[in-house]
Amino acid sequence: MSDAQSPPEFDPSAGIDSIDDFEPVQVFDDGMDLRPGADNCYKCTACDTSCPVAEVDDEFPGPKFQGPEQWRLKRKDDVEIDDSIMSCSNCMRCDNACPSSVPLSQMHNEARGEYVENQMDHTSREYIRNRILANYRTLAELGSKVPRITNAVMGNSLVQKINEKVLGITAEREFPEFATQTFREWWRERGGAQVQSDEKRVAYFHGCYSNYNSPEVGKALVRVFEEFGYQVAVPRQRCSGTPMFANGMLDDAERAANVNVPEFKDLIDEGYDVIASCTSCSMSLKQEYPELFQISGIEEVSNHTYESLEYLRIHEDIQERLDGATVDYPDLAYHAPCHARSQGLDRQAVELFRDVDGFEIEDVGSSCSGISGTYGWKTEKYEKSMKIGEDMFDHMHHAKGNVGMTECPTCSSQMEHGTGYEIRHPLQLLEEAVV
Amino acid sequence: MPISEDVIVVGGGIAGSVAALSAAETGVSVRLISHKKSTLRHASGLIDVLGYTADGSGPLADPYEALDSLPEGHPYRVVGSDAVREGLALFDQIAGDEYLGGHTDTNALVPTHGGAVKPTARYPRAAAGGIASDDRDMLLVGFESMTDFEASLAADHLDAAGVPFDVTGVTVEFPKTFRADAKVTRFAKALDTDEDVGSRGTREALAAAVEPHLDGAERVGFPSLLGDDHRHEVRDDLESYLGAEVFEVPMGPPSLPGLRLEDLLFDALDEAGVGMSTGNKAVGYETDGDALSAVVVDRQGREIPYHADAFVLATGGLVGKGIGSSREGVREPLFDCHVPHPEDRYDWFVDDAFGDHPFAAFGVAPDDRLRPQDADGDAEFANLFAAGGVVGGADVAAEKSASGVSLATGVVAGREAGESA
Ligand SMILES: Cc1cc2nc3c(=O)[nH]c(=O)nc-3n(C[C@H](O)[C@H](O)[C@H](O)COP(=O)(O)OP(=O)(O)OC[C@H]3O[C@@H](n4cnc5c(N)ncnc54)[C@H](O)[C@@H]3O)c2cc1C
Ligand code: SF4
Ligand code: SF4
Repeated sequence: MSDAQSPPEFDPSAGIDSIDDFEPVQVFDDGMDLRPGADNCYKCTACDTSCPVAEVDDEFPGPKFQGPEQWRLKRKDDVEIDDSIMSCSNCMRCDNACPSSVPLSQMHNEARGEYVENQMDHTSREYIRNRILANYRTLAELGSKVPRITNAVMGNSLVQKINEKVLGITAEREFPEFATQTFREWWRERGGAQVQSDEKRVAYFHGCYSNYNSPEVGKALVRVFEEFGYQVAVPRQRCSGTPMFANGMLDDAERAANVNVPEFKDLIDEGYDVIASCTSCSMSLKQEYPELFQISGIEEVSNHTYESLEYLRIHEDIQERLDGATVDYPDLAYHAPCHARSQGLDRQAVELFRDVDGFEIEDVGSSCSGISGTYGWKTEKYEKSMKIGEDMFDHMHHAKGNVGMTECPTCSSQMEHGTGYEIRHPLQLLEEAVV
Repeated sequence: MPISEDVIVVGGGIAGSVAALSAAETGVSVRLISHKKSTLRHASGLIDVLGYTADGSGPLADPYEALDSLPEGHPYRVVGSDAVREGLALFDQIAGDEYLGGHTDTNALVPTHGGAVKPTARYPRAAAGGIASDDRDMLLVGFESMTDFEASLAADHLDAAGVPFDVTGVTVEFPKTFRADAKVTRFAKALDTDEDVGSRGTREALAAAVEPHLDGAERVGFPSLLGDDHRHEVRDDLESYLGAEVFEVPMGPPSLPGLRLEDLLFDALDEAGVGMSTGNKAVGYETDGDALSAVVVDRQGREIPYHADAFVLATGGLVGKGIGSSREGVREPLFDCHVPHPEDRYDWFVDDAFGDHPFAAFGVAPDDRLRPQDADGDAEFANLFAAGGVVGGADVAAEKSASGVSLATGVVAGREAGESA
């Protein structure tokens, strides 16, 4: 055996039940026991090679350390959580890479929550900054009340400098503009659902971004689903929790989940499935909710949640509808968000639109965009965030089109920031094609 | 049934990718389903066809000559030498000028990071400068912070193996200081983007650290971390600073050449219009008579059927989790295909750690169309074909035949599936 090939790890004499359906996460009364997950790690470091932060950050020890190794260290009473956990961007790429299904991102979320709770000074600038960024919705709600003024103020370079100095929010980025009419205002104004159906019902989790910043995405979703005969509901909702997980603000996330879960659970009981247009929102409801919280109905919500295009692909013959269609559209440089990737959705937009005539859609490769929600907004992370994104910018410039496309609103702002391209959502293209 | 194709391939390693491409060549629609990243991230990136015979003799100069000496039931015996050639031809098409070795049937000898010389059929262009049959003097360079590659030890081993050139090893400091356990990807990124170190770029600074040790060597080998997207540019730059050929020595896991190969396969699949669904696991199946009608994929709690007319099983071997074992026995977990193995667990292995372990060859037993057979020798399903590590009968680690077996069975299984769809 030469050393380019390591000896097989397999030890048949051990008789481990490696194929039994064994759940790495078992919930006990005293909270999560991640031990079996940690024990599954055989230190192959596949997770480390897929971590975009470890690729650029000399301080970051990588997912293997943050997950199983830290978990083991933590069992000793006097060992604190390493502050490097705050550098993990929660992109979840490590989850996808691990051949042993070690629940890495869950371990990171828990460690981060514990770190923020017990080891962080809650009066520190960093804590306050993170809290503000994580609770974007609160800001957005205020801001969208007077969108024009807010846009003017936030776009003011003096305000940006103050944000940077006082709060550690980078002045390099432009704040996303607030729409003059939110999605929910539009929805009310049009009188809610226009299609009634007993069989085809979806409840839309629009999240913060398509409500306050890009209502055209939400509108496209409504029009497309109504075109396919769905009755759409838009229940009361709060933030999905994604930015809170990434900042270790588990209590804030749980408060929001306590609103979202019962609202959507009630609709599920009436025959609705839950759909989201943001891949981080669907990720959160599907995976992070049941991993982190115990709320009545949480499993049902998880089991009924889909990303919107995913839902259509499963339930409608949308490919057939699109085959041979011609749409007058600019050429597109498509980027798959990390959270689409971890749900197995990274190829769907390109596959779906590949055979539609009138434009070209090109996948710009598998790199992370680098912004990872609030990560790229932090002054100390900005440079790293741009460095991670470099690959994507590069590929976008090489792609044919000068318009970008992605499902994730923060990836979208990073794409725009790095290339100056206008960015659209696949639902907008679908609206163009079928409505 | 909205999710439906002519052929569905389960598994995203070399075998699955090649099977999908081969099926697509028959003109049918193909979707590849893969749970996790494949074992390519650990593989050296070398494409071995056959380096040693089943009884351990070798290194073999010509793998084709030895095919007949393999035991009956070996996948190469099942598909025949033409399929081996076809597999390599398809690989050459995928790899373009990123891989070399296609000019001859004979094996190339490539130095490994431990200083062994490995017989292999195709090697990355980045490794070409290191070929052991070349007689130019060689300098190997290791880094203090990277303990996996001991350059002087590797040089001593190569010397002891009787290579026809002078070889020395030196350990230098990488021009950028990273944390002690920095990932290979961190080194690669620094070179890829030519990060600034003092007044110059990482590439120039690295060359400057190596230069004083050159001592007339005409080629210089580094562990395989010389960039990713811009790898050829990184090597070109180092070559012009050093005035010597620069090459990469294939490394153990995690391996950049394996990751780059994964990208090549992905691009080829994309180009061929193969649909890809990754990140979710296939957990079950549906049948229609004695044929499969769907595989059931678990999408975070929801089980979604993926319908097709024919299927390829390419879920890998014991490492890729395509074959599982427990105290009760060995089986193929997805379709529950029969895996021949001794009744007694203590007969699965032998006492000598590096001996001839039966478990190494565990896998499904294919018929001549590569359909897994049940214990009575009948096809498990009329339209299920198998490829790669999941197919039994070869001890690929001992023979150095892993990628070759995946390629040869991949083309055949893919074509059979495409033609029967
Ligand atoms: C450490 C190491 C070093 C190696 N070095 C070399 C070398 O030097 N030379 C050489 O020629 N070869 C080498 N190989 C072998 C080679 O890379 C491949 O592992 C081999 O060809 C087998 O490929 P495969 O496609 O059959 O399986 P794998 O690469 O194991 O891929 C199996 C795929 O199936 C997926 N899968 C499994 N179960 C399911 C499921 N239920 N649903 C969906 N997807 C599933 C997995 O996620 C994975 O993507 C090495 C392998 C390893 C592990
Ligand atoms: S979630 Fe992303 S950033 Fe965090 S450790 Fe995993 S791969 Fe790295
Ligand atoms: S990929 Fe999984 S098994 Fe490998 S080191 Fe990371 S956590 Fe451990």
